[in-house]
Parts: sequence; C-alpha cells; structure tokens
Amino acid sequence: MRRRFIAPSSLVWLVLAAAYFLIPLVATLLFSLRDSQTGTCCSLGAYGTIFDDPQFAKTLWLSFKLAVETVVISLVLFVPTVYWVHLKLPRLRPVIASLALLPFVVPPIVLVVGMLDVYGGWSPGWFYSTPQFLVAAYVVLAFPYVFFALDAGFRAIDVHTLTEASQSLGASWRTTLGRVIIPNVRTAALSGALLTLAIVMGEFTIASLAAFHTFPTYIQYVNQTQAYPAAALTLISFGITWFAMLGILVAGRRPGGRQMAMRGGG
Amino acid sequence: MPYAWLGVVPFFLYAFAFLLLPAGQVLVGAFKDKDGAWSTANISTLFEQQYVDAFRNSIEISLVTAVLGGILGLCIAFAALADGTPRWIRPVLTTFSGVAANFGGIPLAFAFISTLGTIGVVTAFLRDQLGYNIYFHGFTLFSKTGIEIVYLYFQIPLMFLVIAPAIDGMKREWREASSNLGASSWQYWRHVGLPVLMPSLLGATILLFGNAFAAYATAYGLTGGGVALAPLKIGEVVSGNVLDNPHLGQALALGMFAVLAAAMLLYVPLQRRSARWMR
Repeated sequence: MRRRFIAPSSLVWLVLAAAYFLIPLVATLLFSLRDSQTGTCCSLGAYGTIFDDPQFAKTLWLSFKLAVETVVISLVLFVPTVYWVHLKLPRLRPVIASLALLPFVVPPIVLVVGMLDVYGGWSPGWFYSTPQFLVAAYVVLAFPYVFFALDAGFRAIDVHTLTEASQSLGASWRTTLGRVIIPNVRTAALSGALLTLAIVMGEFTIASLAAFHTFPTYIQYVNQTQAYPAAALTLISFGITWFAMLGILVAGRRPGGRQMAMRGGG
Repeated sequence: MPYAWLGVVPFFLYAFAFLLLPAGQVLVGAFKDKDGAWSTANISTLFEQQYVDAFRNSIEISLVTAVLGGILGLCIAFAALADGTPRWIRPVLTTFSGVAANFGGIPLAFAFISTLGTIGVVTAFLRDQLGYNIYFHGFTLFSKTGIEIVYLYFQIPLMFLVIAPAIDGMKREWREASSNLGASSWQYWRHVGLPVLMPSLLGATILLFGNAFAAYATAYGLTGGGVALAPLKIGEVVSGNVLDNPHLGQALALGMFAVLAAAMLLYVPLQRRSARWMR
C-alpha cells in the first residue's frame, strides 16, 4: 500500500516548516538590501559598508586562524589517541568517550568561568592575553564532535589487520599511522574538522567574556550600531555555516564516510 | 605491552588542563568566599529571588522549546520520511538541519529581529497590509515567548537530525505484521510504534533541553539581558557589571552544571535502550 503521491498532512507539515525556516532568511536578505539613507529597496550599500570596514577582514581572518589552529590541535590530539584506543586499549574507550561528552555538561558559559579563574591570574602573559587562550577552550568544545566522528571512522575499518599488514611489511609506527591509518579515516577526520570550523567561526560566548575581538563579537558590535550592515553580516555568517555543512555532505558521499552533522545552537 | 597506556597520556593531560581543572575550579570555587576561605555564602545567594527567577526562566524556556521542538521536529520527520513524499526532500532537510542546528547565536537573533522585531519585515507586513500591529497586542520578540520562537529555529532541526535515524529503525514489516493480525492504526502505534520510539523520543527531548539551557549567545543577542536567564546572569557577573565577587559566577555556574548533569544522568540509559533498535 505505498502511496504514489505525497500525503496531504505531510505536505502541510513540510510547507509550514519551509515557511518558518525560510521567512527569517528572506527577511534578513530584504533588510540587508535596504538603502542606508532612505530605508527602501534595493541597494548593495550595506555590503559595501561591511567590506570597506577593516575590522571585518581583520576579525574574520582571526576567527579563521583560530578555527584552523583548533582543527589542527584537535586532530593531532585525537587521531593517535582514538587509533591507539581501538588498537591496544579498548577497555579505555568508555572513559575517553565520557570525557569527550563532558563539554555537554560543562557548556561554554561554565567553561569560560573556570578557564578565566585557572588561567586568568598567574599564567604567562603570552597565553592568557593572546587568542591561544581561545584555541585551548575551543579544542575542548570540539571534543564531542571530533571524538565521535573519528570513533565511527575507526570502527568502520579493521585497525588490527591494517596495522599488522603494514608492520609485517616493515613499516615503522610513523609510516603506519601516516600512510595507512590516516588515509583510511580521512573522511571521518574531514567531517570532524568542518564541524569544528563551523563551531569556532560562530563561537561568541567565550570570546566575548574573555574580551577578544573575533568575527562573532564583531557581528554583535555591528548589530548594536548599524542595522542594515548587520543583516548583511548575518547572511555572510549563515553562508559560512552552509559552506562547512555542504563540505561534510560532499565528504560523506565518498566511500567509507557517512557522518551526521549535529550540534546544538545557542 | 605494559607501556601501552603511555599512548593516551597526551589526551588525558589536555583534558585535565583545559576541561577537568577549570570545571573543578568552578565546583570548588563556588564554596569559597572573596578571601578564599570555605563558605556557603555564594550558594545561599543562589536562592535570592533574582537568581531563582533566572533559573526558573531558563528551565521553563528549555522545557517549552524541548517539548515543542521535539513534537514539531517529529512531525516534520514523519512527513519527510512518509510514503509518497518525494525522495529528494530528506537529503535537503538533513543538510538544512545541519546548518540550522549550527546556526545559533548573534546572527540567528538578528535574523529574527529583521523578521519579527519592531521594524521587522513580517511585523511591517502585518501592520501595513493587514492593519494589525502585533506590538500593540502584547507580542514582543524581546520576551520569553520571543526567545522560545527563536530557539525553535535550532531545536526543531536538532530533533530532526536525532529522530530521523530512529524512525528509519522502525521496520515496515512490523506494521504489516500488526495489520495482518487485525490491528488498527491506533493499536499499532499504541502497542508497537510508540513503545519502540519512546526511549529515542525521551532521549532526544533531554538533549534539546540541555541544548537550550546552555545557550547564551542567542538570548544575549536578542534581549541583551532584558530577560533574566541563568547563563546571562553568569555573563553579567563575569564581565563585572554586577558586584565584585568572582565566586558568585562560579556558584551560578555550579547551578547550571547541576541541572545539566541531572539531564545527562537521565539521557545516558535512554540512549543505551534506544540504540538496541537501530542496527
């Protein structure tokens, strides 16, 4: 009894969902196209204002750099760890998984309170007063996403056989990891990396409370001062998230990769 | 290999330095006073009216958006996966949900200000075309209701992402078997469908609750602290807008931690139960 056409109730739900999710985006687009003098449509002036503001490029570049550093540190930390746990220490997996889940119980607003308290006072100036402080916290925020992406990736391959085959051919640990293992979990690593990129590019709570000027805090600053450029920035930020998610989709299409992208908003 | 454990030392060191140590500092610091002596003064401050209100508002908004977002996300997931719905709908919805679930914070708040704010596009449309100004009839985006409307924008997609695989796990054969045995549609849902789906539904709702409870940026961008919420109160203390007592921030953070830990304790066993059907 398969239906040939869409059920009316399904159609109603999907149309309502489309309306709720698309109207705010369309409204933001219309807002961003208003002329700053007359308030009428249509002008690209708001985008011009943003692109001419040196703070735009500066904060966007800083957030991007932080995102790349966070991704690199996360992967360097997690790829060998998850590999080792799957190969030698399977009994430790639940412990690492619980640690990786802990950031859900210690959300950014709680983490920043603790980080400021531990590292705010006595830590060397190069750490607390530079954005490295943010990277340290962002790696923690990325724990769940990087760990569970890699964990699924390693579960899908036969770690033991690959390692033994590589070593019986005379490969060193470094060669095994770099030439055999990493290429096999590339897709999982890529989805974890892109999700982390999206998180860092949009992270406001920690940056704002630790008083750094990143892309999200710049958006908040523009929000308070200029409405139409703020709408343009909102769409640019939405576009960055789209880019990361489409990247995960494309990566997942390749053989061996099927991860889901999920995370909280806020 | 007796030294195998050495391989995981870097991860544990990192987790200790940047997760366990700061979290522990919050737990311990909540019980200290300004001079570092043990004290329960800050914990008792938590029971002052303004902080009780903040926690109540936070819990209320999280419950409402978790239940409503859960129901709406479930209905949309059923509609997207139903027989007859075109095949392309699901991947489009999944990708969009990935974006929307991650699109929180300041930009999301601004998107809704452009839509339903005092001069928002929809507000202006209703006022000019239909002669109905929602702001004259008790609505404001910068209220608890407003925050709930905005939070649903990331709650519904998160529900869709979590629940779609669980719906996939419900085999067509169960439905056919129960109708062969003469069960009505209602009986199928009452005795087969809902019991199978229930752990996933409850687990997903708890996940949504935690997600809304922890959110800071969206509410900050929307109301700037106009509605008292637990995370916003912490923000006020940390940025020094209130009084000079860092340990109050830690006590508030401890309160949030306690609520989220309770949610997690409910979530883990449910997750384990629902994983049974998803093979």
